[in-house]
Amino acid sequence: MLKSVTRRLREPGIRGHEAGAGWLFLLPVIVILGLFLVLPIAMAVWVSFSDWTGNGSPLGANAHWVGLENYRHLLTTPGLDQNNFGTALRNNFYYVILVVPVQTAVSLFLAVIVNRRVKFVGFFRTAFYFPSVTSSVAITILFLFLFSPSGVINKLLSYLGATGPSWLYDPRGLFHVILGQFGVGSSTPPSSLANGFFLGVSYWDWLAGPSIAMCVFILMAVFTTSGTFMLLFLAALQNIDESVNEAAELDGATEWRKFKHITVPMIRPTLFTIVTLGLIGTWQIFDQIYVGTKGSPSNTTLTPAFLSFNASFNSNEWGVGAAIAFILFAIIVFFTVVARLATRNPDRVPRRRRFLPTTTGGVQAGQSRVATGGPR
Amino acid sequence: MHPHRISRTARWRLALAAVTVGTLAVTAGVALASPASTKATTITALIGSSGPAETYAVKNAANAWSKQTGIGVNVVVASDLGQQLAQGFASGNPPDIFYLGNDQVATYAKAGDLAPLDNLKNVKSFYPSLRAAYTYKGHLYAAPKDFSTLALVVNTASWKGARLTAKDYPKTWKQLASVAKKLTRNGQVGLCTNPEFHRLGVFMLQSGGWLVSKDGKTATVNSKANVAAFNFVKSMIKNGSMKLTNQLGVGWGGEGFGKKMCAMTIEGNWIAGAMKADYPTVGWKAVELPTGPAGKGTLQYDGGWGLAQASKNKPDAMALITYLTQTKVEMGNAKAFGVMPSVKADRKIWSKTYPQYAAFLASADYSKSIPPVPNIATVLGDFNQQLQGLPNTDPKTILNRINSELQSILNQ
Repeated sequence: MLKSVTRRLREPGIRGHEAGAGWLFLLPVIVILGLFLVLPIAMAVWVSFSDWTGNGSPLGANAHWVGLENYRHLLTTPGLDQNNFGTALRNNFYYVILVVPVQTAVSLFLAVIVNRRVKFVGFFRTAFYFPSVTSSVAITILFLFLFSPSGVINKLLSYLGATGPSWLYDPRGLFHVILGQFGVGSSTPPSSLANGFFLGVSYWDWLAGPSIAMCVFILMAVFTTSGTFMLLFLAALQNIDESVNEAAELDGATEWRKFKHITVPMIRPTLFTIVTLGLIGTWQIFDQIYVGTKGSPSNTTLTPAFLSFNASFNSNEWGVGAAIAFILFAIIVFFTVVARLATRNPDRVPRRRRFLPTTTGGVQAGQSRVATGGPR
Repeated sequence: MHPHRISRTARWRLALAAVTVGTLAVTAGVALASPASTKATTITALIGSSGPAETYAVKNAANAWSKQTGIGVNVVVASDLGQQLAQGFASGNPPDIFYLGNDQVATYAKAGDLAPLDNLKNVKSFYPSLRAAYTYKGHLYAAPKDFSTLALVVNTASWKGARLTAKDYPKTWKQLASVAKKLTRNGQVGLCTNPEFHRLGVFMLQSGGWLVSKDGKTATVNSKANVAAFNFVKSMIKNGSMKLTNQLGVGWGGEGFGKKMCAMTIEGNWIAGAMKADYPTVGWKAVELPTGPAGKGTLQYDGGWGLAQASKNKPDAMALITYLTQTKVEMGNAKAFGVMPSVKADRKIWSKTYPQYAAFLASADYSKSIPPVPNIATVLGDFNQQLQGLPNTDPKTILNRINSELQSILNQ
């Protein structure tokens, strides 16, 4: 190492000549990424600003620049496009808000269990992971059968003396149903909420919560993705040095305190990864909707990704479809940044405090810094 | 610097330049390669098939034409017709001919995807109403190949069980409501149907309403007649003698009917095939829909063959369309998958061959197709979504919403 440093000092330009070779090696990737990633995205940007109707190339004579018209159609001009987009955003928002925390908690819980030395642990690891490796189309069809009005779930409920809803055919919002129990009826919603609109959807409908049909997809997402995320958590858990736990045990820490003050801080980077992956995946939900309901009942399982497909391929409104995709992109970036801020290491204490002899906080800070893998 | 080193760098640079230029050339070549301008010797036909019977019938007819003319025909069954057509149009290399429903014809014609078929040899043989359903801005954009109408389908066993006779087939709304009530017994509901415009819309017509005004420029979805129609439907839902299929938890009216969840349904002639295949033990009869306050009314589905503007072999493709829409082929299709021929002259043969389906053909005299307006499929799609909530919604709310949506696409 020392030798190369001295050589570089003597002959400063020598590595510079290798830049060409570097570019050469990069070239295949640049071409592939350019052709299959950058170019299509650039074209989609153009389409979102054009009136292309799907006839011939979008770069040809059939597409004209229309500025922000497509975005206006979605965000400010009242009409079907705006209404559908608002509805899709609402549906997907409730989906994300419920799926991400639940799947993160469930997968962490499963990982902690599987990480212990219990019998048949190999079996459980495989069993929990199994839904993740099965095709989402197959699982969707399975759920369609399970949750059919005369299906297994309702049969089970009937043994318990309960009458199940018609699930995928039920457009009622969960919060509306709950409010209805307290007499806030959907037959006459409060006029203050029914007469105000945002993105073409009334405030009352924004507060509807996920529809019963959407709840099936929420359950399905938790069921299928928890296994994958369990594996990530498991890898992180196995990276925790056992001596740390032992030290805590010597200090008399309970299981819960060990979990809260050692496990969670040490797997924080994995937590961020999983929340981010969860946010991206849930905002992009498409195949389940395409196979399962196509937005029914009453548009309550419509999602932006499916709406984008539908607007483009079935309504020939390619500009609107592309615009939806880019708004969705902005939403995902926004939520990812929020997730980053939320899972950021909070106990970045001033340097000297770590050397204070008595506080446990000092130990914690030192540990978590190791866990996050050095300075950022 | 050593000369040796310089030359090596130079060599690298040369190689780099060569590879870059080569790659760019290949990329550009792929991107800019223009479609071959030579006359295509095979014709591609994209179909959205209802099942093996239909696929087989179309392939057979196409093969017969191939033998006559020596031009190959490649029949492709689409898994998602709309999506595959859209891909074809965008790539500039669409299938030459394809199935085209009349709800999409104006959308594609407006985008310039379709070639007009005004000069088709047998253009005069079709029902005028079918031609009108495929005419956009004065040009015919698809050759009608078949159509289906909606009628009232009755479970004969339930009918007898409720002590009803052939005299009781409902002629008016009042009678419909009354038989539906009588048939609602033994866990069976009187009438069930899909919550969609293409079923419940028949009541709009019977009530004297329609989607658009006569000149086709104004949306009339929330007219008094239409409100009355949906209030009538809702009254039957409220008193329990009618249920929408989403309330029953079945996919379509035929399924609810076949599973004996309802004694009557509103369906098209394809129900014959479904009953035969899936519910052979259920006896049924199709009768004309009742007359509403304004007279008779029903809706129809139209199937047609479209021709792509970008097709490289239009004359031969048009000859193939002519062949596929003549009596011989259409009657074969009728036999294979139960549709009604689009050729007016076939009416007699058809009604002789299938006297049991007389109600469907009789309905053709007054049935209506969706007006060919660009993007109407999108608006009707939302209509269907809203109708799923009909049991819990005021019909006026739904109709007002759809009216403003329809008006906005009419203004475009």
